[in-house]
Amino acid sequence: MTELFDQLFVLLAHWLVGRFPVGLQPFIGAVISVGSIIAVFGLLFGITTVVERKMIARIQNRYGPNRVGLPFTDFRLFGFGQFIADGIKALTKEDVVPRAADQVVHFLAPLLLIVPVFLSYSVLPIGRNMVPIDMDAGLLFFFAVGAATELAVFMAGWSSRNKYSLLGAMRAIAQMISYEVPLILSTISVVMVVGSLSTVKIVEAQAGFSGPLPHWHVFTPWGFAGFVLFLIAAMAESNRSPFDLPEGESEIVAGYFIEYSGFKFAVFFLAEYLGMFAISGMAITLFLGGWTPPLALLAWVPSWCWFFGKLIGLVVFFIWVRGTVPRLRIDQLMNFAWKFMLPLSLMGIFAAGLWRFLPLGVVRWVVCSVLLLVAYALLGRGLAGGKPFAKRRYQYAE
Amino acid sequence: MIWIFVILAMVTLAGAMAALSQRHLVHCALCLVLALGGLAGLFLQLDAQFVGLAQILVYIGAVAILIVFAILLTRGSEPTQQSALTSSWVMGVSVAVLTFGSLAAGVLASHVIPWASNPKPNVATDVAVNRIGEKLMTDYVVPLEVVALLLTAALIGAVIIAMKEEPK
Repeated sequence: MTELFDQLFVLLAHWLVGRFPVGLQPFIGAVISVGSIIAVFGLLFGITTVVERKMIARIQNRYGPNRVGLPFTDFRLFGFGQFIADGIKALTKEDVVPRAADQVVHFLAPLLLIVPVFLSYSVLPIGRNMVPIDMDAGLLFFFAVGAATELAVFMAGWSSRNKYSLLGAMRAIAQMISYEVPLILSTISVVMVVGSLSTVKIVEAQAGFSGPLPHWHVFTPWGFAGFVLFLIAAMAESNRSPFDLPEGESEIVAGYFIEYSGFKFAVFFLAEYLGMFAISGMAITLFLGGWTPPLALLAWVPSWCWFFGKLIGLVVFFIWVRGTVPRLRIDQLMNFAWKFMLPLSLMGIFAAGLWRFLPLGVVRWVVCSVLLLVAYALLGRGLAGGKPFAKRRYQYAE
Repeated sequence: MIWIFVILAMVTLAGAMAALSQRHLVHCALCLVLALGGLAGLFLQLDAQFVGLAQILVYIGAVAILIVFAILLTRGSEPTQQSALTSSWVMGVSVAVLTFGSLAAGVLASHVIPWASNPKPNVATDVAVNRIGEKLMTDYVVPLEVVALLLTAALIGAVIIAMKEEPK
């Protein structure tokens, strides 16, 4: 019974594919996987926009959108119909293109942004046997298509022939390139320990239990450091607060997508959120054990439930950080990436190597944890510029 | 199978020719990206996953962006007034034909291509990424270290050039 629920979508897909003639079957299989990814993650995007607005609103001591419910009815549904209304608005708004803009590049930029983002979902293992493509070099594929999105950001910013747009695009690219380095370096320790670039094998390597703890990589010192670094770099890669300077600059100009309106703006918005989901999915695959359950006695819950549960948890964490932490300035952002995160990720690789070769037991825990904590403390104190750490003073308006 | 190669080759050639003939430099850079993408597709069609994906990651993700930044930060961002073809195109075409001829002769005379007259080559048709890693660490470790030294020197040079001058 648990097997049935676990492999429900796989069996459904096989049944659907079997109804077609043999020659057409690979094509139909591909259409089914692509269609289900677009449908599921599109719906998740819609719900996330409402959840984000309501969560940030509650953090800021106000209600979020709570009026738009089911269309044509009086049910308010706590405001969760808002994404339907936003979608209809984006589709029906006038598409304004500046006369001086480069028409072809302006049109192609949102396209070039959204296609790699959807491509990156094809190597995420959503459940047991539920990865759209099982590539040998799946992790490399994910980062390669992530790199292709940076070009689209530049195209969007440059083709608008707008100074703010170009400035926002250059800052966005500088930020994305800088944070790609600690992002990829923090995954190298996982690849070293697992010995494969395939996402399916990385999840399978985290499948056992030792005592109550699962073998997830986040429960090791180098894995925890890698997870934290990966999450911070993921927030920066998807231009999310506190790293959203390229798009929230002075809050009245939207950075590289100023000159986009209507559906193209909706595509940019969609690409940002879908990129956030994809990179959270990769964090789950690499560090949080993918679709494996956290406790052995919870193995009856289907594997895809665990993946989506962890994904929702990470998305809520991202929204929480957005509502809490103030925005970083561009020079603070770049210093953070190159001077703090890059050395720490190199220490993480070193710690992963030590973990592999030290004898099992307390020794390797202590050595790796001490190494990473000392590096963190020294880097933090060293880069603070000599300012003393004092108790925070609050000043209120009287 | 041959059709995939033809389509990818057409895309690469079209991108390269467009990159040469566009008036606006940023358009040239973007057409170059198309050519590089076509090359990556050719690598992937030959089952060379690591090289193809590294081509996308490095060339499209970093080198192309470097090129567009260089175009933007210098004066090349206005469209040129001169035509795309120069007057000495005869010389250019003959040099290109000569280069192509020598490269083609070198490739066709290689012992890796499965002609009937060649002995059966003992190279694997699909190379897993970990075999590349093993070879890099055992047989080709000296080139690896030399490249690492070169990259470190380039990084240090870039930092020195971009560093703010201390006011004397």
